[in-house]
Amino acid sequence: MNLDFTPADEAFRKEVRSFIAEHLPSQVKGKSRNQYEGRQDFMAWHRILYNKGWIAPSWPKQYGGTGWTATQKYIFGEECAAADTPLIMPFGVAMVGPVIYTFANEEQKKEHLPKILSGERWWCQGYSEPGSGSDLASLKTRAVREGDHYIVNGQKTWTTLAQYADWIFCLVRTDPAAKQQEGISFLLVDMQTPGVTVRPIITLDGGHEVNEVFLDNVKVPVKNLIGKENEGWTYAKFLLGHERAGIAGVARSKRGVERLKKIVEAEQDGGGKKLIDDPAFARNIAELEIDLLSLEFTELRTLSNESKGGHGPEASILKIKGTDIQQRLTELTLEAIAYYGNPYRPFAHDKTSNEYVPGPDYSHGAAQNYFLTRRTSIYGGSNEIQRNIIAKMVLGL
Amino acid sequence: MDFSFTEEQTLLRNSVQKFVQNDYTFESRRAIAKSEAGWKRENWQTFADLGLLGAPFAEDFGGLGGGPVETMIIMEEFGRGLVIEPYLGTVVLGGGFLRHGGTQAQKQKFIPEIIEGKRVLAFAFAEPQGRYNFADVAVTAKKAGAGYTLNGHKAVVVGAPWADTLVVTARTTGGQRDEKGVSVFLVDKKTKGVSTRDYPTVDGLRASEVTFENVALGADALVGQEGNGLALVEQVTDEGIAALSAEAIGGMKVLNDATVEYCKTRKQFGVPIGKFQVLQHRMVDMFMSYEQSVSITYMVTLKLGESAAERKKAASAAKVQIGKAGRFIGQNAVQLHGGMGMTDELNVGHYFKRLTMIDTMFGNVDHHLKRYASLD
Repeated sequence: MNLDFTPADEAFRKEVRSFIAEHLPSQVKGKSRNQYEGRQDFMAWHRILYNKGWIAPSWPKQYGGTGWTATQKYIFGEECAAADTPLIMPFGVAMVGPVIYTFANEEQKKEHLPKILSGERWWCQGYSEPGSGSDLASLKTRAVREGDHYIVNGQKTWTTLAQYADWIFCLVRTDPAAKQQEGISFLLVDMQTPGVTVRPIITLDGGHEVNEVFLDNVKVPVKNLIGKENEGWTYAKFLLGHERAGIAGVARSKRGVERLKKIVEAEQDGGGKKLIDDPAFARNIAELEIDLLSLEFTELRTLSNESKGGHGPEASILKIKGTDIQQRLTELTLEAIAYYGNPYRPFAHDKTSNEYVPGPDYSHGAAQNYFLTRRTSIYGGSNEIQRNIIAKMVLGL
Repeated sequence: MDFSFTEEQTLLRNSVQKFVQNDYTFESRRAIAKSEAGWKRENWQTFADLGLLGAPFAEDFGGLGGGPVETMIIMEEFGRGLVIEPYLGTVVLGGGFLRHGGTQAQKQKFIPEIIEGKRVLAFAFAEPQGRYNFADVAVTAKKAGAGYTLNGHKAVVVGAPWADTLVVTARTTGGQRDEKGVSVFLVDKKTKGVSTRDYPTVDGLRASEVTFENVALGADALVGQEGNGLALVEQVTDEGIAALSAEAIGGMKVLNDATVEYCKTRKQFGVPIGKFQVLQHRMVDMFMSYEQSVSITYMVTLKLGESAAERKKAASAAKVQIGKAGRFIGQNAVQLHGGMGMTDELNVGHYFKRLTMIDTMFGNVDHHLKRYASLD
């Protein structure tokens, strides 16, 4: 047991750092995700990593993974966060990709995996429905087999960035007579198919990231079924495990703490001193940092366990604590900027806009980030559901 | 000791309630916030007609002669409707400066116009460097003949885009953070050298950055004693805190009722989610936070007339409780509504945003914890 990085690890870190410094595109540098304009901003960094062969570090090497050790993956994540690289959209690489290489047939792998890696095909996630959130297994979207097609009818919701998506992976009910979990299938649907409609949902920060997706007599070839009919719940749970593992965002939160510290260096406490010298504020930051440090080691323990094949309910700890820290970070940032939390500045990032933008640069997105980050304890299985999972799977209650 | 309301007070509450129910539905509020002006003149006139704009002013000026309890009732009901129109800035704060610091001439000039709905005020006190310290004032008012010359920048002046008159804190003597030397002025927004940059706020109001460039003020612009403005500012903003607390409990009540209702109807795992004990306990905690907030709002409202020391302690105590409860209730109302709580369409997020911004106004939880601990 040790925390050392080998000389090879250090060399790897240098390699990653200089690659990022050289290749991070200026169109997205310093922008946060709600400031991106269109699909090209989201995909710019994806394509660069793809060309380098670094787009899917967690995939097995045979499918396009990097073959890195857990330590190397950790280093890669750290360096990306430190440089504020854009987040890679998880829907293809982190979600449906692993389901496909684990459960799909050869033809499906050949059809989809290369396009997930290249980013040429944007995916979105068709899980939640208006009546099925925490109780996902109650989903009602129906797929009825007719010859070599399924006819799909229903509605998905909270579909992140569906406005850019080419394909959607859907949980659909294929056997309404069976026990809830046993009548679900995992289906891939081309968004261009007639009958697929996307409608935006505006969130309380004023942004558009989530959508409703309506499926109205959508004809889906049977060859788009992953694995076996009515066994989709197994694949769905496998995917949720993956989603939770990435959700902690430790490296990004560490970067967020650094950014917060810069803000409290710049802000005054109203007595002419720096806000960072205010004991109450300093204490809040210290508590956050200590929680984050503990979480970092919990994540490292999970990673090393994972490399031994485990992918268990411990991921729920990462989700709960990781999102809690993300939320406190945005909360403290909003507190740090005092009255400049009030202005609504949706144009702040748009250099071509003539709208007036009051307050220091670092204050611009703070309130919106705070409000938007409230979703993190809701999505990916609410934090209440995560506690249920730990109670049941770990504590045996 | 008596926490009951008089018949007149109940009638007052009923009339504000009726206005909010009929003329301030969530949809009409949304339309007002999105309109070019960002507020609705007709509503302001309705407030005048209902006597609300005259509630705290003496009958000599045409007011109702009400006190802090009347203000509390009005603000609480406004809080339930997320009312945008600048009652706090005009009547509570602007009116407060006039009542406590104004000369007879100033009162006679401004108060009847406020009561009739013809004059709107906004309080310009915050500065980019000052955080929550009212004494950290870099805006200067230099003696010039009988009057003053005003220079500097005021930040996030809520309601300024709608205001005719700004109440401005400025330094007449001393160093930037000296408690002595802060003075309060009434500045007509049309005066030469006053410029504003207007913008919306995250909670649906409007605010301005205000710049003063060699603004010439007459001697009659001064409110209260020159150089002793800080005590007046604290008195008026403590009253503002009481009013904001009342607004906040109005909003909290809406959030709690909406959350309980939603948890009774939203079904998952075959039962209403309100059947789950973990959510029941959360809602009980939200309910207790609300009740504690109501109590502290009554407390601060009833103590506004006490000694300055008692009043300050009461105001800080209220601001701490309101800030904590507003955050807890706001965050959990969103959480328990799940994805729906995140939408712009549902009212929940809008109440959450308003409660969040109320916490920043006149000092947040941390600021008032420190102020409370430093008193006596």
